[in-house]
Amino acid sequence: MNNYALIIIIVIYLAVLFYIAFLGEKKRQSKWVNNPYVYTLSLAVYCSAWTYYGSVGIAANSGINFLPIYLGPVIAAPLWIVVLRKIIRISKQHKISSIADFISLRYGNNRFLGALVTVVCLFGTLPYISLQLKAVSETFEIMSDDSSYVSTTVIDDSTFYVALLLAIFATFFGTQNADASEKHKGIIATVAFESVLKLVFFLAIGIYVTFYLFDGTTDIYNQISVTENFKELTTLSGIEDGFNWFFLIGLSFMAIFLLPRQFQVSVLENNREKHLKKAIWLFPLYLLLFNLFVIFIAWAGKLTFGNTQNAEYYSLLLPLENGNSFLATLVFLGGFSAVISMVIVSTLALSTMVSNNLIIPYGFLDKFIKNQPERNSKYIKNIRRISIFTIIITAYFFYVIFSKELSLYSIGLISFVIISQLAPSFFIGLYWNRGSSKAAIIGILVGFFIAIYALVLPFTLQAYTGTDDFTQFGLLGIEVLKPYALFGIDFLSPPAHAFFWSMTFNIMSYLVFSLTSKGNYRERNYAEMFVDSKNFTKLQDSALVWKGEAHVADIKNVLIRFLGEKRATRALKIFFTKYKLPQDTQLADARLINFSEKLLTGSIGSASAKILIASVVKEEQISLVEVLKILEESKENIVSNKVLLEKSNELSQLSSKLKDANEELLSKDKQKDEFLDTVAHELKTPITGIRAATELLMDEEDNMPHEIKMQFLKNILQDSDRLGRLIHNILDFEKLETGRLHLDMQYQDLQKTITKAINSISQIAAKKQVNVYNKNVHSFKTNYDEDRILQVLTNLLSNAIKFCNAKTGEIEVDLKLGNAFVEISVTDNGKGIPEEDYDYIFDKFYQSKHQNTIKPQGSGLGLAITKQIIEKHNGKIWAKKDVKKGATLVFTIPFK
Amino acid sequence: MKKKILIVDDEPNIVMSLEYTFKKQDFEVFIARDGSEALEILKHHIPNVVLLDVMMPNVDGYQTLKHIKNTDSLKDTKVVFLTAKNKASDIEKGLKLGADKYLTKPFSIKKIVSEILELVT
Repeated sequence: MNNYALIIIIVIYLAVLFYIAFLGEKKRQSKWVNNPYVYTLSLAVYCSAWTYYGSVGIAANSGINFLPIYLGPVIAAPLWIVVLRKIIRISKQHKISSIADFISLRYGNNRFLGALVTVVCLFGTLPYISLQLKAVSETFEIMSDDSSYVSTTVIDDSTFYVALLLAIFATFFGTQNADASEKHKGIIATVAFESVLKLVFFLAIGIYVTFYLFDGTTDIYNQISVTENFKELTTLSGIEDGFNWFFLIGLSFMAIFLLPRQFQVSVLENNREKHLKKAIWLFPLYLLLFNLFVIFIAWAGKLTFGNTQNAEYYSLLLPLENGNSFLATLVFLGGFSAVISMVIVSTLALSTMVSNNLIIPYGFLDKFIKNQPERNSKYIKNIRRISIFTIIITAYFFYVIFSKELSLYSIGLISFVIISQLAPSFFIGLYWNRGSSKAAIIGILVGFFIAIYALVLPFTLQAYTGTDDFTQFGLLGIEVLKPYALFGIDFLSPPAHAFFWSMTFNIMSYLVFSLTSKGNYRERNYAEMFVDSKNFTKLQDSALVWKGEAHVADIKNVLIRFLGEKRATRALKIFFTKYKLPQDTQLADARLINFSEKLLTGSIGSASAKILIASVVKEEQISLVEVLKILEESKENIVSNKVLLEKSNELSQLSSKLKDANEELLSKDKQKDEFLDTVAHELKTPITGIRAATELLMDEEDNMPHEIKMQFLKNILQDSDRLGRLIHNILDFEKLETGRLHLDMQYQDLQKTITKAINSISQIAAKKQVNVYNKNVHSFKTNYDEDRILQVLTNLLSNAIKFCNAKTGEIEVDLKLGNAFVEISVTDNGKGIPEEDYDYIFDKFYQSKHQNTIKPQGSGLGLAITKQIIEKHNGKIWAKKDVKKGATLVFTIPFK
Repeated sequence: MKKKILIVDDEPNIVMSLEYTFKKQDFEVFIARDGSEALEILKHHIPNVVLLDVMMPNVDGYQTLKHIKNTDSLKDTKVVFLTAKNKASDIEKGLKLGADKYLTKPFSIKKIVSEILELVT
């Protein structure tokens, strides 16, 4: 394709993007820009040119190793709902404008830390941006037909102009507002749009290659599987590869949180927390779609071109080779989209950091204090604009000097490793309030230098000196310092290796210094606010230990310089109303200081805000004695609050106890009534029998046959017995229930009691020809009331006999020792207990619905009494469930 | 024709007395030990009177009464409760359900006989 035609296409495309960005800014409130889909698509800024082109290259050269970079984010996505939500919440509360701000605020607005994070991000992102420019440049070269032409100076290098255009775009839409915590809806809209384009175009080329150039996936597979090295490319080879995968997944897991552009889109540009819910499944889906055809394009390229020299650009070369320049142009535009969104979001994020965390706090603050508000906001914007240009141009030169030699993939990983140095202070600091600023600074520095040493230095030196002595022999020829095999670990790939060592030392330093050094009060206060973000407001308002003198008027002056008269006045009014302070308050307190710092943070970063406010506050060093006093006071407050709380709790407990007692009484009354009713009923039954039989027997006119007479007399006898038993049991039960029974505890042998019980029922058993035997005959001594336990055993045994079949009945008594109790069971082979009765058989007067209609000769109280006795012994009684045949009743008695 | 009576009670000793008494009064006596047995008997026989206990396993007296009231063929059958439940509210409930008489335990044989005869003649 003609060079000019290509440039025209690029310009038209950029114009479209400008228009979309413009629309997005104009319709800020429209739901077209404020929905979870746009949010998710903006997250896809993760898929840069590296993904678009680099993955295919990796797939062609080393098989499925392109995958771990996507697995990390996929694993991270479900965690977003917890972790990212917390980050978003904190960032909104504090008007955070970048990851540097976030980390520096967590460690008490530490100015140096903010600057350090910025530097790390610069180091991590510049090569990354240069990688994008490299992709543009190389694809441009492939697309344009006069490949003989090689640019020699910056002036005639098209990449330079592309970089300039991107800088203009980023400047225009990225610096609309001096407050960097404001949303950039225009940019997000274009990023989302580009995410759609790059995915669609990539899928298009995938489908084209797989189904048009080849006969589907099977065809490609069949052809490629007969080539050399195929197996190595599709499998993990051994434990080393496993480690590589593990570290790369970890690396990308961190990157999805920490890359400045990801932080920008996922945290700062987040409109509503609930958008996360869609993003956690939609984003992994996007990544999945993106990777669907990678391997097939790679294989197809390999089959078509025979070598893997230009593997990264197979997706362009394949359609060009087959004369389809239209499709190639689409692919080119897709890649271009990936580049633009990455470059713009990254530079936007970086420029905010550079201005708020590097330039303003280290040089421009004095100036700001003297300036007028309009000029200040212009100043801030200009600093950012210059930053954007500087970053992009620096990236361009980085590309010219280094990147030409390196693959997209390796540059990408270098970025990831450098950025990941922020992980310990970021993640651990989010959940552990001991993490201190000193530890964060040392950890980041140590990790950063190791990463530079083990990853950046080798190729830089090689580029300079032209030899690989450094890699071969290590620093000063020391074996253990070989950059790719530190301390003898030589089986990891360079990025995984650098990641492993830098992260190990980083985390260790962080933990050690956090544990050995405590941060100051300010720092610990912020740590608490971050870790316990739910109680943020309470903590911010009450916990800050601050002592100093400041006049509201001074603070207001500072605010006016950045917010303008109107906004500053309104903000203060809101503040006074919120805390119910008089509008003409003269002296500022800690809350106002905090509030003002927060107001300024969006514009100039938290560290600068702190310095600015401090400049008008006569802050005094707090002496130890005073700190103790303040702590004492707050403790007293807490204590008196606590006493009040306890009192009120006590009261409410008391009233609820009263209520319970009342209810218990009522229910006891009711139970008592029911009990008496049942008792009356049970007593009346035998009396009725006796009365009726007696009346019949008394009738002299009736010539009752002798045997019937005898039967009636027998019935009377039976009913009298029943009546006697019933009365005895009722009295017994009542005694137990009301707790009036005292056990006669003796230290004695349970075995003897069991034998006694078996003997006492042996006659009834023999009559029914039921066999009763004792399984465990070992003696066991413990404390219990023998008469009562005998009663229990007799009751259980006679029940068992009652429910056994005559002649075939078998009853087994067993004694087992538990840990702190002895367990005695009575098992029969009778008809068993119906399932629905298990819970009720110990209730008084409970009668099973399944009972044989001939009433057993019980009082209905036997098991209820048994249960009372066992409970009086602090034991338990229950019927075993899931017994195959018959029933097993078990009780326990504890022993010491 | 002989009068028929169905005695429904789960206490064998009480049943025995009642059975003897009504046989002497020249009734044909049917015996059921609970509601479900009673309903089974009522499928094949239409007694003049049913003497019904309330508290019984499976199907209790109230349910049995309801069933009788809902069966067309039994519309002439009188139902008499004979139960130990003697609270005013119990009696009211029994009568409300449609029992013709409500007698309480313990009972006098003579009284029962006269009450039943009054119903069936």
